[in-house]
Amino acid sequence: MIVLPAGLYSEMMAHCLRGLPEEACGLLGGHGDVAEVFYPAGNEARSARLYTVEPKAHLLADRDAEERGMAVVGVVHSHTHTEAYPSPIDVDQAVDPSWHYLIASFCRVMPSLRSYRIVGGAAEEEELRIVATMGGTGGLHG
Amino acid sequence: MTIIKVPAVLRTQTNGQSSVEVSARTVGEALRTLVDIYPGLRGQVVDGEGELHRFVNVYVNDDDVRYLAKLGTEIADGDTITILPAVAGGDGPVVRAG
Repeated sequence: MIVLPAGLYSEMMAHCLRGLPEEACGLLGGHGDVAEVFYPAGNEARSARLYTVEPKAHLLADRDAEERGMAVVGVVHSHTHTEAYPSPIDVDQAVDPSWHYLIASFCRVMPSLRSYRIVGGAAEEEELRIVATMGGTGGLHG
Repeated sequence: MTIIKVPAVLRTQTNGQSSVEVSARTVGEALRTLVDIYPGLRGQVVDGEGELHRFVNVYVNDDDVRYLAKLGTEIADGDTITILPAVAGGDGPVVRAG
């Protein structure tokens, strides 16, 4: 399960919308299953089909999370043409089995968001719980 | 001495250590020393060709070594080398999650 404060959800989806027509991406900082900060990142691949989290943004997110006593606990990216299910590329390139992998889909009129754990080459959907919050999170904006 | 920061995903190979101090003149030398200390990291940071593995990014302080001299990037006493996984993916043929 991933717990996502509503403010983070808004920031994340807005970032993905701004990225259209290309895929957008960002990282989540927090503790374990609770996301507390969203770190928007540039998509170095600059593609509607692929994403690469801009390495410098990852470095800054990692450093900021550590300074706050947190860790990077997941990554979100958008699918512009397909549903919010992991592609073979997403599964193959999943970097850390402890991370949460969130996918926002914009292939329909209404966007959707799903979260997965990807372990040993297999993706399994997990519960995504959006909880009430006040305002944003103060993450880095890149 | 140079501090090498190891990402969480690789700490199973470093007995849980998140940072390791080494003495080296270049990034390549520092990473080879790291692998000598923790052989489980072999092939995970530097590939079989002796090049930086494509699934990791390595920084000296704030700078990505891909834009410097890669493994030949010189380091000074007090520098910090950070290793992070390259985070990438994207859509394509859909795989239904199980």
